Amino acid sequence: MAIFYLTRKEHFNAAHKLYNPAWSREKNEEVFGKCANDNWHGHNFDLYVTVKGEPNPETGFIVDAKLLSSIIKTYVVDVLDHRNLNLDVPFMKDKLCSIENLVFGIWNELMPHIPAGVSLHCIKLVETPSIFIEYYGE
Amino acid sequence: MANRVSVYRKEHFNAAHRLHNPALPQDENQRLFGKCNLPNYHGHNYELIVKVTGEIDQRTGYVVDTKILSDLVNEHVISKFDHRNLNLDVAEFKTLNPTAENIAIVIFNILRPFLSEQLDLQIRLYETPRNFVEYPTS
Repeated sequence: MAIFYLTRKEHFNAAHKLYNPAWSREKNEEVFGKCANDNWHGHNFDLYVTVKGEPNPETGFIVDAKLLSSIIKTYVVDVLDHRNLNLDVPFMKDKLCSIENLVFGIWNELMPHIPAGVSLHCIKLVETPSIFIEYYGE
Repeated sequence: MANRVSVYRKEHFNAAHRLHNPALPQDENQRLFGKCNLPNYHGHNYELIVKVTGEIDQRTGYVVDTKILSDLVNEHVISKFDHRNLNLDVAEFKTLNPTAENIAIVIFNILRPFLSEQLDLQIRLYETPRNFVEYPTS
């Protein structure tokens, strides 16, 4: 049976900073540069969620893309959009606010809600046009 | 006027902000600005397009040297705005709501004095891929 990968793209706008509270301000600036700015900065994040599975013979698709979108919106976008990722997001509490940790957190938030018949394959998070990260659950 | 040409230079900056008018009560701020009013800021990847229009200088073949234009934008705008909180870190927005409209006017006013009076300047600012403003209006 053929396996297909379906990707749904969503987006959110958020503030964050890269800062390790265990370090001095100088050390934070040395490691994180302008990303450590005290008063935050922000991005338009693009989020790509890819699921894989076999087409349902009755629908022809592996998953209802609109349903996938509403799951991503409920459990991720509504929690992150127009928020401060360091301060406002429960699953980022006490974590360094890198895109690695963010995409890992998004994976864990979505995992329990992925519809039957497909499995979560990849989450790709685009922070700027030149920086993005992918996580495959490994 | 046959040799009037518009030259565009594209730059970008990532910044945090929130929309808030301190002269209005909080419930009115919430009503007007919705999630853009959330207290802990959010952020964007701003795309800035600086348009300079004028006659071609027959000595160089240029309307404006794009390297000089880029240096001007970087020195006077990007270095002040990038990885900052527009409300807290940029003097011009201490008493001015940092909407895309107001940011475009501030950028215009910063750059205008550095360009020859024979050159017209227009600012286009993308706050998200779908929301953008222009100043002055064409």
